[in-house]
Amino acid sequence: MEWLERNVPKLVLAPSFVAILVFVYGFIVWTAWISLTKSRLMPRYDIDGLGQYTRLFASPRWDVAMNNLYIFGALFIIISMLVGLMLAIFLDQKIRAEGVLRTIYLYPMALSLIVTGTAWKWILNPGLGIQDMVRSWGFESFTFDWLIRPEMAIYTIVLAAVWQASGFVMALFLAGLRSVDTEIIRAAQVDGIPTHRIYSAIIIPTMAPIFLSAFIVLAHLAIKAFDLVIALTNGGPGYATDLPATYMYAMAFSRGDLGQAAASAMIMMMVIFAIVVPYLYSELRPRRDQ
Amino acid sequence: MKSVLAASTAVMLAGPAMAQPTAEVLHWWTSGGEAKSVAVLQDQFKAEGGTWTDMPVAGGGGDAAMTALRARVLSGNAPTAVQLKGPAIQEWFEETGLADIGPVAEENGWADVLPEQLAAHMKCEGQWCAAPVNVHRVNWIWGNKQILDEHGITQPTTWEEFNAAAEKLQAAGITPLAHGGQSWQDATVFEAVVLGLGGPEFFQKALVDLDTEALNSDTMKQVFDELRVLRGYVDDNFSGRDWNLATSMVMNGEAAFQIMGDWAKGEFLAAGKEPGVDFVCWPTPGDGFLYNVDSFAFFNVEGEDKQQGQALLAKLIMGPEFQKTFNLNKGSIPARTDVALDDFDDCAKQSNADMNEDAGDGSLLPSYAHGMALRGAPAGAITDAVTNFFNSDMSSEDAVQQLSDAVANAM
Repeated sequence: MEWLERNVPKLVLAPSFVAILVFVYGFIVWTAWISLTKSRLMPRYDIDGLGQYTRLFASPRWDVAMNNLYIFGALFIIISMLVGLMLAIFLDQKIRAEGVLRTIYLYPMALSLIVTGTAWKWILNPGLGIQDMVRSWGFESFTFDWLIRPEMAIYTIVLAAVWQASGFVMALFLAGLRSVDTEIIRAAQVDGIPTHRIYSAIIIPTMAPIFLSAFIVLAHLAIKAFDLVIALTNGGPGYATDLPATYMYAMAFSRGDLGQAAASAMIMMMVIFAIVVPYLYSELRPRRDQ
Repeated sequence: MKSVLAASTAVMLAGPAMAQPTAEVLHWWTSGGEAKSVAVLQDQFKAEGGTWTDMPVAGGGGDAAMTALRARVLSGNAPTAVQLKGPAIQEWFEETGLADIGPVAEENGWADVLPEQLAAHMKCEGQWCAAPVNVHRVNWIWGNKQILDEHGITQPTTWEEFNAAAEKLQAAGITPLAHGGQSWQDATVFEAVVLGLGGPEFFQKALVDLDTEALNSDTMKQVFDELRVLRGYVDDNFSGRDWNLATSMVMNGEAAFQIMGDWAKGEFLAAGKEPGVDFVCWPTPGDGFLYNVDSFAFFNVEGEDKQQGQALLAKLIMGPEFQKTFNLNKGSIPARTDVALDDFDDCAKQSNADMNEDAGDGSLLPSYAHGMALRGAPAGAITDAVTNFFNSDMSSEDAVQQLSDAVANAM
């Protein structure tokens, strides 16, 4: 009986533990193995060395994909956080109809990225969307054709992604703002400190953990971004908006080049580790004050 | 008569003492006309006493079906027959082996009725391992007849003439070329230009044999120059446009031409347009015929019922009756050269005549853009270089460099 009591939690957790061990970590090892072979259409298991990685880094398309990831990731995270924070602060001013506004801003998050991508594809299409509308108002020289310009198209993806995610970031920050001790804020107000100083010197610094959570959520959204690109530009014009995830998909499922796909997946995983490991380290290290 | 005899013997052989033929068929013909075409095969198969299990997997132009196939093969349970084409057949043969359907092929005399070039695709190390269904011609120009008549434009025989015609149309305020900015469409135009400017021999060297010299040649640079000129004839909103939307631009008179395979004809016909009256089909300038052949390959399966299903299916696919009905539905032409084409439209008849003529002089060539000439990785590398060029302002010299680097990297 006592044994059972001690071991029930372990027994209950065991199936999911095994499942994760096999289906997540097991397949990471499998992918790493495949990335070292000459697999094409079907997996082969004879180790061949780092040839797939050499090919990967020699591919101009992979360069474009990695550059796009940096541009997209950096802009998406920074702009979403700024817009989200701004919206949260405005909503925090005890305004009327806050509930309605909050829902409106949060709503894009409820849409599938495919829907977001398709809608923005139409909005940004120069012949159908904004450009055409403004021109029909009489501004004949108005041009907004980022979607079809290879050097600008990646920014349309940033635009759509920010539109989708900033409401969610706003909700995170709003919860953070509300959790700050009101006594401190009142004390500051009594001392006659201006509102912007209260935010910049008291509220925002106490919200540091929220920033970290928002960053982690947004960073993993950025790295795994796939459906938005497929719906909005399908990697085009040319392959100007390819991201590592779409590159991997193309290699694995369209080109019959499993080795390349595995190698690109490993690089993606390393990028994620570079972000997550410092986070885990800061979370898991023993706190001095405990 | 001979084939009728052969068919009846096969039916007799498959009499009550033998197992009932069964087939599980993996394909991605799920849209209207295509689904109708598969149903024809299914009905014939059932009429011969077979049990048909349909396994349609839609999506991604066959990508999803190929993923399903890989999963099935890896789990040791390959479907009886799979829609496969081009060098992918031989690639699968090397990976897992394919069933030998030689007896059916010899009994029905396939070698006599298929052009040599097409037959080669159906063989793995000399054995018959696949059965062809149809032949699509890829290098067509579709034109809006009314616009062309208005501006007195006749069939261009060189790309220069095509350019002159396009300039004339552009000056009159008409978009000369309807095109969709998807990489396979860019590749379709590219290979038509390679064939037109370089000729069949150059096409063979550059896009089939991947000869480094041909890929780096001045001719290839001229091809990219012409591609840049063509880019100027396309309207600004072409990014990501589907091919059938480009076809309807030609239909509605918003654009004059489209360079596309003969599946575009299906769109015209479905809209009630008539070839020669409402639209024209011209081979792209230059000499040659680029083909895209759909076929079914047969995996190694256990059990007599399944093996009989394969034999029956192979026989039916190459049967003249099926070849005719299927291709009338699909818009392509029969792979067999001995099917009467009386019920087909003029474009199909021309396609058939050109195929027979070009088969003799080496200008019947596999389409690279549609996976007939090269395996996945090198074909994809070429498409990357082409689409990158078409969608940017890269110089032709850089494009040639990138093309040959990409091909070397994909080997």
